[in-house]
Amino acid sequence: MSKPLLGIVLGAILGAFDGLTAWFTPAVRDQLGGIVVGSTIKGIIAGVAIGFFAKKFHSLSIGILFGVLVGAFLAFLVALMQGGYYLQIILPGALVGLIVGFATQKYGRTPAAAN
Amino acid sequence: MKWLSDNKVEYLRVVVSNPDFTSTRYTVVKELGRGGMGVVYLAEDCELDRLVAIKVLNAHEITEERRNRMVREAQIIARLEHPGIVPVHDVGTLPDGRIFYAMKYVRGSRLDEYASQSASLRDRLRKFQAACDAVAFAHAHGVIHRDLKPQNIMIGSFGEVLVLDWGVAKILSDTDDAIEGTVIGTRNYMSPEQARGEIEQLDERADVYSLGAMLAFLLADQPKVSKAAQAICSKAMAQTKESRYSSASELSADVARLLDAEPVSAYRENAVEKVSRWVSKNRFLVLLVLAYLLMRIFFIFTTRP
Repeated sequence: MSKPLLGIVLGAILGAFDGLTAWFTPAVRDQLGGIVVGSTIKGIIAGVAIGFFAKKFHSLSIGILFGVLVGAFLAFLVALMQGGYYLQIILPGALVGLIVGFATQKYGRTPAAAN
Repeated sequence: MKWLSDNKVEYLRVVVSNPDFTSTRYTVVKELGRGGMGVVYLAEDCELDRLVAIKVLNAHEITEERRNRMVREAQIIARLEHPGIVPVHDVGTLPDGRIFYAMKYVRGSRLDEYASQSASLRDRLRKFQAACDAVAFAHAHGVIHRDLKPQNIMIGSFGEVLVLDWGVAKILSDTDDAIEGTVIGTRNYMSPEQARGEIEQLDERADVYSLGAMLAFLLADQPKVSKAAQAICSKAMAQTKESRYSSASELSADVARLLDAEPVSAYRENAVEKVSRWVSKNRFLVLLVLAYLLMRIFFIFTTRP
């Protein structure tokens, strides 16, 4: 799987899963649908950015760092909209970015160099 | 009549058997080793100002057949241009009629010495795979080695792996190689058909057996050897050649899969082993996912009203 596609797929899956964990918070359970959709879209955006970054820069450590930054930044925007739960949203978001950053660099297929 | 002492006789024997390189561009530095057919010397190439290894036919074996065999050995190595096979620089005849050939002098250690220097299993497998690739290259060019053993594999100072001593190698298309019934090779590393002297029956799979025996040697002192590694060894050393890997490249591919924590063709693993191998291969990813789940669980319990 190419790095951008892997980033999108992983971002979507982890984003959806991340959103689903809101079910355990009774205060926001009635908004679960919106949270899951929003979180999935956030995951896809992060996945696209991290995937294309991985395609451009072939470095595991830089890919991981970029993943963390993108994940944390998007999660920060979500927390800003929520008006709270900063730590609870940003930390897992950053970790999801880290996972996508690592996975795209490690498992994503690099296209063969053209002659 | 005056009798010579034993010491003097021995001295004369050594002087007579020493090769006379005065008519060549080489100066002998020291003896490196002795084989069945010849002696290998470390020598200086005075024209190019570098050290080379020179193999010289034994003094008492200057027969036409031996001379031809030595030239053939040099020709076999010369046609195998591969980073894993020692290149031949020169071939010639000494004043006493002995054939010699000069080859690259490899600084480093033999595979058995390398293994005794507590090299890790992974490093051993990498070197073994490189040796398999060199042998596979020879097979692709119609040559079988017939005397593969750790003593004939050199690990160079840059970590390069070189297969040495092609003295009993055979070109598969040649029919006038040796008399049926002759046992060629080294006992602990030779295939059953080789040990029975079935010279005409020998093919690439005889070398595959020897490679398997070499792998067994490399695994012998390792505390934890996977079932997959043992299975590769067993398949390469199968008693019947039909049950072995069909080529050294097939064996090399299985070792590469073992190194990459991929399933190997020689071993069918169960579900638990598959999961265990996957987790072991993707340890960092598994740790990240576990860290994420733990963090989520922590926040779920700490943010509850």
